[in-house]
Amino acid sequence: MTEEPISFTIENFYKFVKEGKLRGAKCSKCGKLLVPPKPMCPKCFSKDLKWKELPKQGKLLTYTVIHVSTKKFQPLTPYAVGIIELEEDARLPGIIKNISLDKIKVGIDLAIDVEKEPISEEWPQWPRYYFKPMQPQ
Amino acid sequence: MRFIYSFELYYWLSKSIFTLLESKYLTGKPLVSIVSAGLSKFGKREGLYGRELYIEAASEAFERCPNLDPKKDIKAAFIGMMGESFEHQGHTAPTALDWVGLLPIQAFRTEGACGSSATAIRCGIFAILSGLADIVMVGGVEKMTHRATSDVTEYLAMACDFPFEQWNGLTFPGLFAMVATAHMHKYGTTEEQMALVAVKNHHHGAMNPKAHMQKEVSLEKAISSRVIAWPLKLYDCSLITDGASCLILTKPELAKKFTNAPVHIIGSGQASDTIGLYEREEFTTLKVGSLAGEEAYKMAGVNPFEIDVAEVHDCFTIAEVVAYEDLGFCKPGEGGNFIEEGQSQIGGKVAVNTSGGLKSKGHPVGATGTAQAYEIYLQLTGQAGKRQVKDAEIGLTHNVGGLGATGVVNIYKRG
Repeated sequence: MTEEPISFTIENFYKFVKEGKLRGAKCSKCGKLLVPPKPMCPKCFSKDLKWKELPKQGKLLTYTVIHVSTKKFQPLTPYAVGIIELEEDARLPGIIKNISLDKIKVGIDLAIDVEKEPISEEWPQWPRYYFKPMQPQ
Repeated sequence: MRFIYSFELYYWLSKSIFTLLESKYLTGKPLVSIVSAGLSKFGKREGLYGRELYIEAASEAFERCPNLDPKKDIKAAFIGMMGESFEHQGHTAPTALDWVGLLPIQAFRTEGACGSSATAIRCGIFAILSGLADIVMVGGVEKMTHRATSDVTEYLAMACDFPFEQWNGLTFPGLFAMVATAHMHKYGTTEEQMALVAVKNHHHGAMNPKAHMQKEVSLEKAISSRVIAWPLKLYDCSLITDGASCLILTKPELAKKFTNAPVHIIGSGQASDTIGLYEREEFTTLKVGSLAGEEAYKMAGVNPFEIDVAEVHDCFTIAEVVAYEDLGFCKPGEGGNFIEEGQSQIGGKVAVNTSGGLKSKGHPVGATGTAQAYEIYLQLTGQAGKRQVKDAEIGLTHNVGGLGATGVVNIYKRG
């Protein structure tokens, strides 16, 4: 029995996140890692891709603390958002939680977790991952 | 040995002569000419709809150029506008043309976020060089101030990546703040240096009667203003503004028919990058600026140190610091010192944002690209009033869309 391949879309990236998995697409031809996944490798045009498990932690490359936000995020202000590097060519932006804002510094290690909040009934039905300190503080 | 020496000498000489020919004779030819330009008053323009604002820009351009018969001469129009959400209105190009009396000529809307109307200039260049139209109108418009700040923040954020950036609460100030954090971390750039960009641009803007905020701001006031997205504070951010701008471009051979003082575009470049900041290897540069700049410099046969006056995309103060570096006004990492030493003010190495920039003149996003060209047009034709850069001959505009997914650089020469 052959398994139907799961297409390399953003929708499926978030389906994996819902299952507690963090995955990018790896190009079988040129080896480029695509985070987020893309259905075709932009480096060599190959569609021969494989899902690749990503580490659920990374180093903080840069960050900000947002005080003025869109309406949707106003209850969270001020909140920190940063970009972490999981491995080479794999970076993600996300909200940094469970940490006092003055403890956030470029270079610290952060873990990835998934919000427990229910998934919306309307598009987009995506879970929201977030970053937190490696040890509870 | 002697043979090798003379061979090398011959090779070196022929290479130099070729480079000289290339830079002095084969490049730097006008691509198109600006024969007129118009700009609405920038600011909070209550009670006006975008298309009505566009009349202010277009009618100024018509009045400046009595030899132009707009209905007869103009053969195409390219108009930049970023978002339908502001006015609940799309299909901007034919609508704006209707209001300025140019129906039924062909009209195109260009969209490249905050770089929308710089891409309109590029389309104008393409149209003229293709031979399909000899005289075109390029412009831009955006009406923003009637919306609540949180709504404007949301509409602007649509120009950044939705599934990862917007989804995780990122805003444009937030994204440029992450560029600032990275720049501070890598090069030691300070919050004070960024605030100095605001002080300079407000100083310039105070001399521009069409600027949104015509007042000086002290370093102390700028640096102690409330935080929007750390490390960026209120005075690090450009203004939410209503405005419109336009240029009349012609084939260079036709320019003198319309004016004795045209401004030629002699170099032009454009580049694209990932929509997501997180997808890039480097956060301290906007690669589109340096790529478009290289292309434009090469086409113009001009070096960065030859630029007399430049309008660069200071949507946030850090963006101007990065632009100095990307455009080669200084080396990577030295942008903070460049502003601190006063090199970018009027009277410095290169006068940057004499109009007040997006910071003080204002940033009606779709209108910004052609508004930058309008300022260079004034400077190179000696019409910039109190903020005139003496003997300005070569100018540059640098317009960025979003967080640098789009970037356009044009180089101008007094005709």
